[in-house]
Amino acid sequence: MVETGPARQRTNSGPGRLLIAVYLLFAIAATSRAGLQLATKFDEAPVAYLLSGVAALIYIVAAVGLARAGHTGRRVALACCSVELVGVVAVGILSLVDKDLFPDETVWSQFGSGYGYIPLVLPVLGLIWLWRTRRAPA
Amino acid sequence: MAPVTSVGADSPVDGIVATVPIVLSLLVAVWALVAAVRHRPPDRVQFVGLAVLEVALLVLSVLALVAVGGGDRPGEPGAFFGYLVTLVCLPPLAWVLARMEPTRWGSAIVCAVCLVTPVVVVRLQQTWEMLGG
Repeated sequence: MVETGPARQRTNSGPGRLLIAVYLLFAIAATSRAGLQLATKFDEAPVAYLLSGVAALIYIVAAVGLARAGHTGRRVALACCSVELVGVVAVGILSLVDKDLFPDETVWSQFGSGYGYIPLVLPVLGLIWLWRTRRAPA
Repeated sequence: MAPVTSVGADSPVDGIVATVPIVLSLLVAVWALVAAVRHRPPDRVQFVGLAVLEVALLVLSVLALVAVGGGDRPGEPGAFFGYLVTLVCLPPLAWVLARMEPTRWGSAIVCAVCLVTPVVVVRLQQTWEMLGG
């Protein structure tokens, strides 16, 4: 693709669109779950449910960032994927070390095992995709 | 529609009404996967498959709502209706994204969504049976 102007491949086409689709699915899953938990049984496990809420928010923002595909979108997506990766690893370790901290499951508990470990793979794919699209000739 | 053959509590989201969308969804997923591997954009079969899947899911939803109207209650109402709404939105989501992406990746999107759909159907069943079963 030899075009003038922004020559880098856009983050919202090709494989990126698949990535956005998966992010959307997780945004829906995490948002509805967190919303329900926060609304109906917040007192049972506030840390876990607030975390679910934060995770949901990050999935939404990441999906929007990838879809917008501009300079800002890329930065937003980069930030989200990074936070996500750190979050899923940190919460994964914490949920193994100290089970009392998260009495109820979150999206990120046990490295996202309840969701087929996709929460662990997703930010990595996101970062790879951002890297790949950045390397296109500028 | 055939009567619901359920195990234990008479769940409206059990038996053939749930099996049909699950099998259908997996078939579309395999077809879309083959298309994606062969570098093919989403074809007619995928779009028709998504449409039929949506109809099957709407039948499932209507039967569930009829059961709720008839006095039956899901074990976890909030989660149940959340899953139900999500479920009927999945094929249209795949449709729209696949239309936007007329490449192999469009087929990959159809495949991904059609792999998620059966999971949501199973979760739907679980949230109905939480109390009754």
